[in-house]
Amino acid sequence: MTMTPSSFRPAARVAGSELAVTAMIALLLIGLLPLLHATGQISTFTLSLWGKYLCYALLAISVNLLWGYTGLLSLGQALFFALGGYMHGMYLMRMIGDLGQYHKPIPDFLVFLGWTKLPAFWEPFASFPFAFAMVFLVPGLIAYVFGYLAFRSRIRGVYFSILTQALTYAASILFFRNNLLLGGNNGFTDFKFILGHSLVDRGAGPATMRGLYLVTAVTLLLVYVLCRWLNGTKFGLVQQAIRDGENRVLFSGYATTHYKLFVFVLAACIAALGGALFVPQAGIINPEEMKAQNSLEAVVWVAVGGRGTLVGPILGALCINLLKSWASRAYPDLWLIILGGLFILVVLFLPGGLVSLPARLAPLWRKRAADPAAVTKS
Amino acid sequence: MPHPLLAVEDVSKSYDGFKAISNLNFYLFDGELRTVIGPNGAGKSTFFDLITGRAQPDKGRIEFGSSPTDSHDLTTLNEYEINRLGIGRKFQTPSVYVEHTVWDNLVLSLKGPRGVFASLFKRLSSTERDRLDELLKLIRLDAKRHWKAGLLAHGEKQWLEIGMLLAQEPKVLLVDEPAAGMTDEETRRTGELLISLAGRHSLVVVEHDMTFVRQIARDSQVTVLHQGTVLCEGKFDEVQSNPKVREVYLGRGKHGTR
Repeated sequence: MTMTPSSFRPAARVAGSELAVTAMIALLLIGLLPLLHATGQISTFTLSLWGKYLCYALLAISVNLLWGYTGLLSLGQALFFALGGYMHGMYLMRMIGDLGQYHKPIPDFLVFLGWTKLPAFWEPFASFPFAFAMVFLVPGLIAYVFGYLAFRSRIRGVYFSILTQALTYAASILFFRNNLLLGGNNGFTDFKFILGHSLVDRGAGPATMRGLYLVTAVTLLLVYVLCRWLNGTKFGLVQQAIRDGENRVLFSGYATTHYKLFVFVLAACIAALGGALFVPQAGIINPEEMKAQNSLEAVVWVAVGGRGTLVGPILGALCINLLKSWASRAYPDLWLIILGGLFILVVLFLPGGLVSLPARLAPLWRKRAADPAAVTKS
Repeated sequence: MPHPLLAVEDVSKSYDGFKAISNLNFYLFDGELRTVIGPNGAGKSTFFDLITGRAQPDKGRIEFGSSPTDSHDLTTLNEYEINRLGIGRKFQTPSVYVEHTVWDNLVLSLKGPRGVFASLFKRLSSTERDRLDELLKLIRLDAKRHWKAGLLAHGEKQWLEIGMLLAQEPKVLLVDEPAAGMTDEETRRTGELLISLAGRHSLVVVEHDMTFVRQIARDSQVTVLHQGTVLCEGKFDEVQSNPKVREVYLGRGKHGTR
């Protein structure tokens, strides 16, 4: 695996400045924030908040992989995020043991529903490796089956978007039902342990949260590196060619269905990984996470950050969620209006997103730098 | 009679009751350059759609292969399978990847494995690089190899797409109105290029521009399509003097013979 774009793309060398900026951001997120937390400068709440933002960045990368690079606008990526969260949540629920409100060896909501022993499908989730595998297998398999049917039937464009939105909507209705035995509308919460480490907000809890944050930040970096590599391969070329002219690709001997399916499953796995890391840091997972609005918001992050760029979605997810945290405290009623307004502004005036801002501003700077010289000359 | 490389027999296709192609018979032989002319709506595009797997005929047979033992029924295959057999298609409006460089456009078209996993670990060999350099010179885009294809002039895009077709090393090239939107000089050079390809490849060229048809047809066969079927076939001069052809097509003055 090499980070320089592959040898057949001499035109696309990695810009040194871009690497420097990325390295700086990575250092800040992986080094500085945990350090500030360890020395008591920032609270565990703040650190976990950033941890959640980084999980959202993974969701944004997943949307961008589909929409930005392959031209498939999925309006249902939050489903895979939530499914990853549920799979990890099942493990965390098993780790509560008999420390729940009812002091029974099964999760509280099952006791509440009248169960006395664990349903069979809950059994293996006491194993972390099993749950970890399910985080990828369940969303991956659903993406595979849905993608296979949709792409084979040549469902494209807005029809694909509507179908993905319908899929996540249907899933949220399903997950609201108590008899699915996944916690109904309350979902899973009150987690106590992960891999033997306390998640409670005292004692060793903050150290565990710091560990979770670090794992999230490093995971984000690795996924970024993976995307960067993918972008430089011939696969990356095919992917973007499908976005710009699928017929030409098809009539050049490529089975575009296979390529789209691969990307769809990969994107689902990345979103699921984000969801799995999100759950212990948020302390809760419920069907709210897969409602239609969340998938739409993720699309806005990507558009604002910069669609079809590597850093754009990460930047967009972080900026918008920081803004959201501030706005929902300062102007709780106005948040959706602010978000919608921002989306319209970006689409109209900054179609390249935030990442295109430096290039947009550069001529203005040069002008300003040139002006005084012109004045002194005359 | 030699075995035809491409045999279209008794093929019909209708859309919502409109007969786009009816009882069409067409044979293409190895190394041939065939020009297909016909008024608008004669079924030229549908004809290409049927051969390349974009549309399936309602009835009839489309066979492709160099001998009776190596023959493929194209009506059961889809677009990419047909392309892999060695049939390349150039669309009427230039269809290149506008966000990719000229070089990358050709890399994507280069003959070789087309699978997902092969593409993940693909490296260009030096033979492949030489081949790309050679192609860039042939289509006169050597100096613009790092340009985004979207920035090329219309005629250059047409040439790039022809280059992309050649990179696939197809047996048959289906070329839809290659001279559309080109200057006279570009048109003449395109004609020369197509003539030079005949022999090594077999070509079917659909064209409206009669000067261009005269240039490339020389003494090879010209097929006239009318209302989805073959009106007549023969040398350019024979076709031109055929009264039926003059009536339906050439005599209208719009595409005059000059």
